[in-house]
Amino acid sequence: MSPNRAAWLFVTPALAVIGVFFLLPVLAAFALSLTDFDLYALADRDNLRFVGLGNYLDLLRTPMFWQSLGNTFYFVLVGVPLSIAVSLAAALLLDSKLARFKGFFRTALFAPVVTTIVAVAVIWRYFFHTRYGLVNYTLDLVGIPPIDWLGSADWSMPTIILFAVWKNFGYNMIILLAGLQAIPHDLYEAARIDGASFWKQLRHITLPMLKPTMLLVAIITTSGYFQLFAEPYVMTRGGPLQSTTSVLYFMFEEGFKWWNLGRASAVAFLLFALILGVTALMLRLGRRGEQP
Amino acid sequence: MTRSTPMAARRAWRAAAACVCTLGLALLAACAPSRDTRTTITFWAMGREGEVVAELLPEFERRHPDIRVRLQQLPWTAVHEKLLTAFAGDALPDVGQLGNSWVAEFAALDALEPLDARVAASSVVARDDYFPGIWDTNVIDGATLGVPWYVDTRLVFYRKDLLAEAGFDSPPRDWDEWRRAMAAVKQLGGAKNYAILLPLDEFGPLLSLAIQKDAPLLKDDDTRGNFSSADFRDSFDFYTGMFASEWAPRMSDTQISNVWNEFSRGFFAFYINGPWNIGEFQRRLPADFQDKWTTMPLPGPDGAGASVAGGTSLVVFRQSDKQDAAWKLIEYFAEPAVQLRFHELTGDLPPRRSVWSDPQLADDRHAAAFREQLERVKPTPKVAEWERIVIEMQRAAERVARGGADPAKTLAALDREVDAILEKRRWILEHRKEAAP
Repeated sequence: MSPNRAAWLFVTPALAVIGVFFLLPVLAAFALSLTDFDLYALADRDNLRFVGLGNYLDLLRTPMFWQSLGNTFYFVLVGVPLSIAVSLAAALLLDSKLARFKGFFRTALFAPVVTTIVAVAVIWRYFFHTRYGLVNYTLDLVGIPPIDWLGSADWSMPTIILFAVWKNFGYNMIILLAGLQAIPHDLYEAARIDGASFWKQLRHITLPMLKPTMLLVAIITTSGYFQLFAEPYVMTRGGPLQSTTSVLYFMFEEGFKWWNLGRASAVAFLLFALILGVTALMLRLGRRGEQP
Repeated sequence: MTRSTPMAARRAWRAAAACVCTLGLALLAACAPSRDTRTTITFWAMGREGEVVAELLPEFERRHPDIRVRLQQLPWTAVHEKLLTAFAGDALPDVGQLGNSWVAEFAALDALEPLDARVAASSVVARDDYFPGIWDTNVIDGATLGVPWYVDTRLVFYRKDLLAEAGFDSPPRDWDEWRRAMAAVKQLGGAKNYAILLPLDEFGPLLSLAIQKDAPLLKDDDTRGNFSSADFRDSFDFYTGMFASEWAPRMSDTQISNVWNEFSRGFFAFYINGPWNIGEFQRRLPADFQDKWTTMPLPGPDGAGASVAGGTSLVVFRQSDKQDAAWKLIEYFAEPAVQLRFHELTGDLPPRRSVWSDPQLADDRHAAAFREQLERVKPTPKVAEWERIVIEMQRAAERVARGGADPAKTLAALDREVDAILEKRRWILEHRKEAAP
C-alpha cells in the first residue's frame, strides 16, 4: 500500500463524519434556500415551489433584513474594538508584577463567560430598569436624568453591547494573557534601561509582540459577534422598534417562529458570505503588515 | 493477544462473564418497575394553567386506573415555536392545550384530529352549553378540531378609587367617555404616573379595539390585509393617541418588572388584559387593596363594545395512537365540576354556561364584566398566518406610538407586508380552485 493511499485510508473516517454531519446539511440548506419551504410545504409536499434565487432577491428588498444588517454592523463595529480593549486592559492588569491575588482575579474576571446568560439577563434587566435600576440610581446621584436603557431605540443597542462585552471579555482576556506571558522579559528590561515609559513599552513592545494573538482574537470575536442572538433574545426580544434585531435573530424568527425555512436558509447563506468576506479581509490586512 | 497465557485468558473470561452477569442483573432491575401496563398519554399545558393543572390529574388517574398522564409544562413565550418544531419532528404530544387563534394554523398542517364524532357521542361535552362564539373558533371548514377549555377575552381592569378621585363614579361606556376619564386620571397622577398601561409588544389591546369596528381585518377571502380601511384607522388612531397624549407610557412588557405592584402604586389606572389576571391580582396584592380595583367591559366606539373571542382549546393530535385515552382526559376537563375547580385554581373563565350559574361565579363581582363581555365576542380571522400578521400589526402600531411614524404610510406599508405574508395562501387557494373541477 502506498503511503498516499494509507494516508487517505486514515483520514476517511474523519472525512465521512464531516461529509455526513457538515457538508451534507450545508448542501441541503442551500437547496432549501432555493425553495419556498414553509408550513404548508411541511404539511403537504405539493405545496413546495422552486423559486431559484427568489428568496435572496426578496430579502434584499425586505426593509427588516437591511435594518437587522445595520443593527448587526453597529454591534460589531462598536462591540468588537470595545471588547478587545477591555480584554487587553484586564490581561495587562493581571500580567502586571504589582498585581496580587492573581488566581482569584483571573477566576473572577472569567466568571461571566461561564454564567448562564438567561440568569444573568434577569439581573441586568434590573440594573438597567428605568425606575428602580442601579444604573439610573447612580446617575441620579450625580444629577443625570434617568435614561430609558432598554426602552428607547437609541439606547437599547448600547445596553446590549455593554452586556455582551461584560459577558464575553473574559474569554479573550485568557488568550491575551497567554500571549503576554510569552513575551520575553528581557525586552522590557532593555526598554526600561533605555528609559521607556509604560505607554512606550506598550506601543513598541507589547502590541507588536501580541500582533499574531490579536489577529486571532479579532477574527474569533468578529465572527462571533456577527452571530449576535442570545443577548437580544433574553434582554429585549429584538425590540424596541426592532432596534436590537440582529441578522441571526431575524433568521430565527423567519425559520423557527414562522417556519419559512426557505427564506431563513437564504438569510443564513447571506450571513455566511458576509462573515467569510469580513474575516478574509481581516486576515489579508493582518498579513500585509508582516512584510516590512 | 496471542501472547497471553492460558491462565490470564481464563481470568479475562471470568471477568467478562462477571461483567455480563452484572449487566444482566442491572437490566432486570431496570425493567422491573416499568412492567406498568397503563396507557401513558403525554399532555402539554402552558403557563399558569400548566402549573396548576397538575392538581387535577390525580383525580383523573384515580378514576381511570388504566391511564397515566405525563404532564409537560411550557412557558407561553416559547409555545408557538415549540409546537411547530414538535410537528416537524413528529414529536407532538397526544393531547394538548392550544390557543384558539392557532387552531387554523394547525388545521392547515393537518395536525389535529377532527372531534365531531366523539363530541356527538359524548354525554359530557354538550355543544349547546358552550358560548357559541367561543365554540366557533374551533370549527375550521366545518370540522370541530378542539373543545374549549377556558375562555379569554380582553376587558379593562381599573382602579375604582383613582377613577372616583378624578370625578368618575361609574366606568366609561364608550371611547369618548373613556378619553375624558383617562385625561382626568393623568392630570391627577402627574408626570410620573399614567392613565393606562398598554405594553407596546402586546397585540391584545389594539386587536380588541380593532375588532370592535365593522370592517374585517382581512379582505378578499382572507387573502389580503385590510388595515388601510377607515374603520381600522379609527381604532389605530385611538390606540396611538393614548401614547401621544401621554396617557400611556411607551413601555414594553420586558421593561415592567411587576405589573401588579405598579398597578397598586397607581402607576396606571386602566389595564386591558385577560381573565387570568383576576386571580393574579387577588393573589399578589394585599387584602386592603382588594376593594380598590375591579373590571369593566371594554368601552366601544359608541356604547358597549365587542372584544376578541380568545381562550384555549384542548385538542387531540392526529398522529397520536392513544386518542381514546386522550379524549377521556378532554371529557374530564369538560365536566362542570372540574371546570369550577379549575376556575378556583386559575381564575380562568369556563366556556360552559351551566358552570356560570354556580353561585361561586355568579356572585363574583370581578367576573361579572367578563360574563357581559362574553356575549359580544368576535373571532379573529381563521388563517394560518394570523399570528404573524397580528405581530406585524403591533409593530406598525409601535412604529407610530414610539417612533412617531406617519400613520397613513405605516398602515399602507402594513397592508403590503400582510399581502406578502398571504401570498402563499392566495397561491394555494387558486391551486385548489384549478384542481377542483
